[in-house]
This record gives sequence, C-alpha cells and structure tokens, in this order.
Amino acid sequence: MNGFQTTKRRGGVPSPSSSNRLTMRKPSAYAVMILPALILFFSFHTLPVLQGIFYSFTDYRGFGDWNFVGFQNYISIFNDSRAYNAYFFTFQFAIVSTVLVNIISLIIALGLNAKIKFHKTLRAVYFMPNILSILIVGFIFNFIFAVYIPGIADSLGITALTTSILGSRDYAWIAIVIVAVWQAAAFNTILYLAGLSTISQDLYEASSLDGANKWQEFWKITFPLIAPFFTINMVLAMKNFLMVFDHIVAMTGGGPGRATQSISLLIYQDGFAGGQFALQSANAVIYFVIIVTVSIFQIRILQKREVQM
Amino acid sequence: MESKRYNWPVTILLIFGTIFILFPLYITVVNAFKTPQETAQSILALPSSFNIDNFLRAIEMTNFFNALGNSLYVTLLTVVLTVLSNSLVAYAIARNMHKKTYRVLFYYFVSAMFVPFPIIMLPIVNQMSAIGLMNLNGLVLLYIVYGLAFNVFLYTGYIKTIPKELEEAAIVDGCSRWGVFWRIIFPILAPINATVAILTALWAWNDFLLPLVILGDRADHTLPLVQYVFQSQFGTNYNLAFSSYLMALLPMLLLYIFLQRWIISGVTQGAIKS
Repeated sequence: MNGFQTTKRRGGVPSPSSSNRLTMRKPSAYAVMILPALILFFSFHTLPVLQGIFYSFTDYRGFGDWNFVGFQNYISIFNDSRAYNAYFFTFQFAIVSTVLVNIISLIIALGLNAKIKFHKTLRAVYFMPNILSILIVGFIFNFIFAVYIPGIADSLGITALTTSILGSRDYAWIAIVIVAVWQAAAFNTILYLAGLSTISQDLYEASSLDGANKWQEFWKITFPLIAPFFTINMVLAMKNFLMVFDHIVAMTGGGPGRATQSISLLIYQDGFAGGQFALQSANAVIYFVIIVTVSIFQIRILQKREVQM
Repeated sequence: MESKRYNWPVTILLIFGTIFILFPLYITVVNAFKTPQETAQSILALPSSFNIDNFLRAIEMTNFFNALGNSLYVTLLTVVLTVLSNSLVAYAIARNMHKKTYRVLFYYFVSAMFVPFPIIMLPIVNQMSAIGLMNLNGLVLLYIVYGLAFNVFLYTGYIKTIPKELEEAAIVDGCSRWGVFWRIIFPILAPINATVAILTALWAWNDFLLPLVILGDRADHTLPLVQYVFQSQFGTNYNLAFSSYLMALLPMLLLYIFLQRWIISGVTQGAIKS
C-alpha cells in the first residue's frame, strides 16, 4: 500500500515525508467513524455492567439512599436457598437440553444431508421453529401441556397424565426442555448441515471400498470432520440455555412455587418487583462469571478432543 | 448427478418427523377459527367454518394494529441503522487491526458477547428512565448498540478479506475515507449486510425480555409483549388467544415462506463465521 502513496499528487511534490504526514492525518477519519459508537457502547453496555458490579457491594433497592455493605450480598446469595434452587434448575435444564438438542439436530442433519426427495421443503420445515417467537411458541405449548395432553389422557383413561405436567414440581422442567429442544434444534440442525456439506463425497466412496459400514463411517469420518461444528453447537446451545427466560415465562412463570425459576427469571422477578436490586446484582455478577467460565471450559475441552480425533 | 435414486426410507422418516414441527402450528391455526364449543368437542378437528370472529375480537382487544406498527417500526429502524452503523465501525476497526488501540477496541466490543443480559438489566432500566428513553426509540438504540458485539465480529472477518488496493486507488484519486467506505466497501459488503439484516430482524422482531423491561407505556408494546400482557385476559378462551398468537406469528411466517432460502443461508453464514 505504500507503493500507492508515493504516487500521491496532493501537495505537489510526492516526497516520502509529505506522504508520511498524509498517512498520519488520514486515520482520523477512522477515529470519527468509531467514536460515536464507542461512546454509546460504553454508556449503554459497559456502564450498566460496572453499575451492576458496583451496586452488588451496596444495599441499594433501585432507588433512594444506599450504603456500602462489602461482600454481604455475595454471602447472602451463597446462603440463599432460592438462588441454589435457580442454579440447580438452570443447570439441570441447560445440560439436558444441550445434550438432547445436539443428538436430535445431528440426526436430522444427517437425514437432510442424505439423497432425499423434497430436500428444500424439508429443510425449510425443520428450520422454521428458529424464526418464531419463543414466547408465543411457549404459550402454544402451554396449551398443549395444560389442556390437550390431559384431555387425551383422560379419554384414554391414563390417570397419570390427566393433570398438567406444568403443575408438577418434579416434572414441569421436562415440559420446558421439550419446548426448548423443539425450538433450538432448528438452528443446530442447520449448523450441522453446513458442516456435513463440507465433507467430500470421495471420502465416503473410499471408505465403502475399504468395506466400512455406515456406523464406522459415521464415527471414523463424519464425526471427526464436523467436530468444529460440534464444538460451536455445544457452546452456543449451552450458553443460550443457561440464559433461559422466555420459555419459562410462557410455560410456568417459574412455578409451581419456584420449581422452574431460572437464574435470569430470579434476577428479573426479585430484582425488579422483589426490591432486591443489590442482592440480585450480586447474583448477576456470579452468573456472569459462571457463564464465562463454562464457555471457556467447554471450548478448551472440546477443542482438545477435536485435536485428538 | 448420474444416480437419480433417492433415499426413500430417510425421506419418509423425515416427512414423518415434520409432524412434530407442524403440530403446534396446526393446533394454533385450526383453533384460531373455532368456537370454544367446537374446541371442547375436539381440539384436532378442522373448524366447521372459517369463522373470523376470534380474529376481530383479538384485533380489538389487543389493539393489534398498534402493536404490529410498533414491531414493524422497531424492527425496520433497528435493521437499517444497525447495518449502516455497525458496518462502518467494523470497517474502521478491520483496517486498523495492526494498531494496538483498534485491536483493543475490537476485543472490547466482541467480548460483550459473553456478558449475559441480566447483569445489565437492572441498571439499564434506571438509566433509560433517567434520560427519558423508556420507549420505542430507546429500544431501537439499545438493539443497535448491543448488536455491535456480534456484528463487529462478523463484519471485520469479512472486511479483512477485501483487498486494500481498491481503496488505495480511490484515495489516490482524491476520494475521502468516508467516500471509500460508502461508495466502494459498503456495496461489496452486500452479502454480509444481508446476513446481519436477517439476524437483526429475527432478534428485534421476536425479542421479549428487552421490550418487557424498557417499554413502560402500553401504547408502545410490541407483538410478543402484547401476547404476554393479555395472557391473563384471554383466560380460558383459547380460541381468542390462538387467533391472537397466529396474527402475531404470521408476518414472520409469511416472510419466511417467501425468503426461506435467504433466511436460512443468512443465519448459517452468521453462525459459521463465529
């Protein structure tokens, strides 16, 4: 690029020193391009994060006076059964959903990648849940679980299913897993499909000449080659599921009791309406640290496996 | 291309599988047209007539067209301003990645992807209410700003692949850095602009949590938020509720039916680049 600058005509003589001055002054346009975004990003993203961390060391209620209380909020969170409950539920939900979504989407993707008829239409149908509002989908499933399934069970005489699963402390989380998997499988399927399409057909032809069966073919060729996609899918799915909110609002509102209250929902409900601004800020900080740790941990582990394969 | 033999067992299994995808939508559509008596008789049966009473009532009750207008306003404004501004920011960063300041800025923006929204949620509400932005424009502003994290990442990856020679030639011809961006770079960015536009549109249109905490005034409510607010008022009149859900889902569904190829490839591109 310096080759171009010596031919610069501005300012008459194209000496090296004048071109240097031009390049020194030019980047200011870049700075002007970034500056407004930087100010806005700091004010509306970084500043609230810092405020959240700051208030987690106070007894602020969201308004009025406040005092520093040191690590009191953090100690309270560690002794709070509601917080434990929310973390347990969220992790149970996220781990089960992540595993299920990845198995199901990989199977669908393998199917869509085969020589099938109606390929475009089928792909479009399987991807459709991704474009729908999770909240509204949740309301629809709410009806299915609360009215439709008990109705069917009733007419078939299956008494175990005549009461809504959403009203069960022990099983309501399963209903939320089902909605979450229904919705998230769409996105993960498309990603796996993109991964599968990068695999050359020659590899399969070679392996079938060597007498490999379909099962060996999958574990020896397909899976190792889509390992990077497996990593992305696991990390993204886990991260999204740990932030679960809309599904629960639409299905159970966190209930029965607090049986399906996720971390986000706890922060929302008790932070705004419950007057626990400071306490839930501390909770949010812990949550933040956990999400980052889990993501890094997953990337490390999964990348190691990729290399080994 | 020679072997035209389709894998029929897999095709049939996949067609069978679509039942699980389409079933919730089927329930929504048929019950949106039924009366409560018809639904009580059978949830799965087709409606006896295409009765649009539920829709008329839902439109009136939820002030549907107002919510639709709000959703359209937020989504369109967010998409246009996000594409214009985020690409510009990413361009400035991508062309200066050899400088430490810009590299730090890149990681500053991108690391925000790991920050969960709840940590921002409580303080941002106070902040937005203090500056009087608890409204649709405030919502649009937040989408544009929060979008930077992922979009800067997406755009810089793409811009790095564009050779600089083109720009340098234009600069020599007396074009300004801004002129270079708008006249040369921005048009080249068309594919990635489309990806960003699609991802942003899906996000802004379907998002629930941010409107829930930011939009105070009922007249400002977006479509998902309206379903939430009216959930208790629908009560056990599921038919009314389903017609309302269907109308809220329909704009994106129709768009998807016509643009599914672009939407799928847009979302795929966005995910692969990460």
